[in-house]
Amino acid sequence: MQEFRLPDPGEGLTEAEIVAWRVKPGDMVHVNDVLLEVETAKSLVELPSPFEGTVEALLVEEGQTVEVGSPIIRVTSGDADAVETAADTADTVHKEEDGDGAVLVGYGVRGGAETRRKKPRTVQSVPAASAHPVVAKPPTRKLAKDLGVDLAAVIGSGLAGEVTRDDVVQAAKQAKVFRNLQAPEWAGGREERIPVKGVRKVIAQGMVDSAFTAPHVSVFTDVDATRTMEFVQRLKASTDFEGVRISPLLIMAKAIIWAIRRNPQVNSTFTGDELVVHHYVNLGIAAATPRGLLVPNVKDAQDMTLLELATALQQLTATAREGRTQPADMQHGTITITNIGVFGMDSGTPILNPGETGIIALGTIRQKPWVVDGEVRPRWVTTVGGSFDHRAIDGDVISRFVADVASILEEPALLLD
Amino acid sequence: MTPPAVTGTAAATEPIRLLDAEGRLVESDANAPWHELAAQLSTDDRLAMHGEMLRTRRFDIEAGHLQRQGKLGLWVPSIGQEGAQVGAVWAAREQDTLFPSYREHLIALHRGATMDQIIDIFRGAKHGGGWNPLETQGMRIYSLVIATHALHATGYAMGIRLDGTSGTGDASTDEAVMAFYGDGAASQGDASEGLVFAASYESPIVFFVQNNKWAISVPSTRQSRFPLHQRARGFGLDAAWIDGNDPLASFAVTRRMLDAARQGAPGYIEADTYRMGAHTTSDDPTRYRTSDEEESWRRRDPIARLAAHLREQGVAEAVLAEQDQEATELAGDLRRRTLEAATAISDDIFDHVYSDPHPLTTEQKRQLAEFEASFGGDA
Repeated sequence: MQEFRLPDPGEGLTEAEIVAWRVKPGDMVHVNDVLLEVETAKSLVELPSPFEGTVEALLVEEGQTVEVGSPIIRVTSGDADAVETAADTADTVHKEEDGDGAVLVGYGVRGGAETRRKKPRTVQSVPAASAHPVVAKPPTRKLAKDLGVDLAAVIGSGLAGEVTRDDVVQAAKQAKVFRNLQAPEWAGGREERIPVKGVRKVIAQGMVDSAFTAPHVSVFTDVDATRTMEFVQRLKASTDFEGVRISPLLIMAKAIIWAIRRNPQVNSTFTGDELVVHHYVNLGIAAATPRGLLVPNVKDAQDMTLLELATALQQLTATAREGRTQPADMQHGTITITNIGVFGMDSGTPILNPGETGIIALGTIRQKPWVVDGEVRPRWVTTVGGSFDHRAIDGDVISRFVADVASILEEPALLLD
Repeated sequence: MTPPAVTGTAAATEPIRLLDAEGRLVESDANAPWHELAAQLSTDDRLAMHGEMLRTRRFDIEAGHLQRQGKLGLWVPSIGQEGAQVGAVWAAREQDTLFPSYREHLIALHRGATMDQIIDIFRGAKHGGGWNPLETQGMRIYSLVIATHALHATGYAMGIRLDGTSGTGDASTDEAVMAFYGDGAASQGDASEGLVFAASYESPIVFFVQNNKWAISVPSTRQSRFPLHQRARGFGLDAAWIDGNDPLASFAVTRRMLDAARQGAPGYIEADTYRMGAHTTSDDPTRYRTSDEEESWRRRDPIARLAAHLREQGVAEAVLAEQDQEATELAGDLRRRTLEAATAISDDIFDHVYSDPHPLTTEQKRQLAEFEASFGGDA
């Protein structure tokens, strides 16, 4: 039996996140077959198997962050030698730790050797999964994975505590009912230290640069977006827009481009000496991606038809969601939309994307009582607002711009103008 | 027929290419003198070149795996660049001195460095290079600091001219120098200084620049708004632009440029190639380039190209398969040896900093030993 310890896949990295396992217990693996994908502060990489044999156990779960040097998978080797030594498990593990750990050039040997001598410091280095081995058949495991059920948390009703298919289905039903009510356990230790790195670090710097350079002013207005919702429904039904994702965000984007034409100064960059007013719109969309918050932009959105804009937005979000946004996609933005409505929020005071003068927040759109012709009626209401760089523009321009955007949401037919 | 000096022709729209992507010979009036030079390579030579490329590729892939398995601290893949390298090193004569960067695996192996010596550098087992240039036909050690060796190579070339071991007019004994670097290094000041001194002192040197299109994540189009070989002409060097995935073009042009350099006319070759893998194992190219771009270059693979040419020349499929098998076995052997190799000793990295013991390095050595001992094993 052999254990593969997480190597340092970069230079001097101390930990990596387990992104996806490509093998499962019982699988045969050859030397250099891909075992799993890990993400470090620097890159997403595949780790090839150093052994040949049968996977006995995965020692860490997907999503877990693991220290370099910690054992992550156990493989029973096919040759007679290894099978013999496997009988004396304790001894084998001991040897592996001393021998294999040592070769992790320069940075290795942390996990195993250390935890043997001291108390484990955090939950990270002790794989919870291996403590109570779950008995379940492979199809049951797959079902659990598909349904998002943590097998370790299911009490098995089968022989010797085996988790059955019914147990998993039952657990999934329960989970559905209580999804929003359950609070996970505290992670171990009184504090958790999350290193600030990668995208997080870039965001932190950008937000500080923006917030403490540009004096922000935020304004909001509530608007009856019922006609926008109807327009969206009609577009969805239209054959021209078949296969393209249509949402209120599209109308919002179009409204912003239209309102910029009437108030060009909101689409600008304040350099200190000059206000550089852009006669094009590279429309940024704040996107929560697997890598963190990114703001890719649609280049020259002012020249696009509604269909082209819808297609561009769809492509941009799909790319962002897959984590494939290229640096060029994020450069040279001129104005940004943040769609906090998708999280159910009504409004907020967003921070400007550095170098831009305006960021517009689209709130959630829900039915609320609204006064129409002296009567209270249920209407689809939302809040339009945003933050602007007060060095560059004043309250009158800002208010006119936001009112213009709101007027389109209220009556999208104005776009025909 | 003497091949024309490349400088003087109008700005080229296509690099010099003798073998196209399908491995067919590209015949033209302009190519005729280059074909004549390439004819110095017999079919057996070409087969041997193919074998070296295959062995380097398998070695490269295996080393990448070993890094991911924690056996190497770092690996620098050369996948995709074997064609430029094999042509260049076959063009070099025995007496020539070669200054590599850190991606010239094929060149190092050709001149007699072993796979294990290259691996030891990236395992952290050897301090200051893995081999002795006296034993590797003037193949110097890898230079990990970008472009510094452009100066070392130029200075060395200026020196041999003063020594009189170059510039006598006898190509079979006159020494020449080659410096290998990439498009990223070309942006470094050292690279430009090298060109200035090489031109000023008419030094016997050829700068062989593998433009693999990416300086880690910065595209070469950003590094230079116009082709690098044109920049070299501005410095007064004869410069050529070749299809770097064509081993025959690489051989012919390098052979002629080196022989001109022996007589005091320094040269510059921009090899148009592509780094198929990551910059190093610490890099993730999916973050800055598209798979479409990689795919378009995969179709121009130098090994497949030379293999197609060899089939055309009547080399049997079995012979090529045998080379492939041999390369795979060599990589497997290397893997076994690497797994068995003793743990790198970190101690002696302090021993070569000063000639005599120094209190600072002595203290650092003690601290490191203490740190490693804190893990409680024989780390």
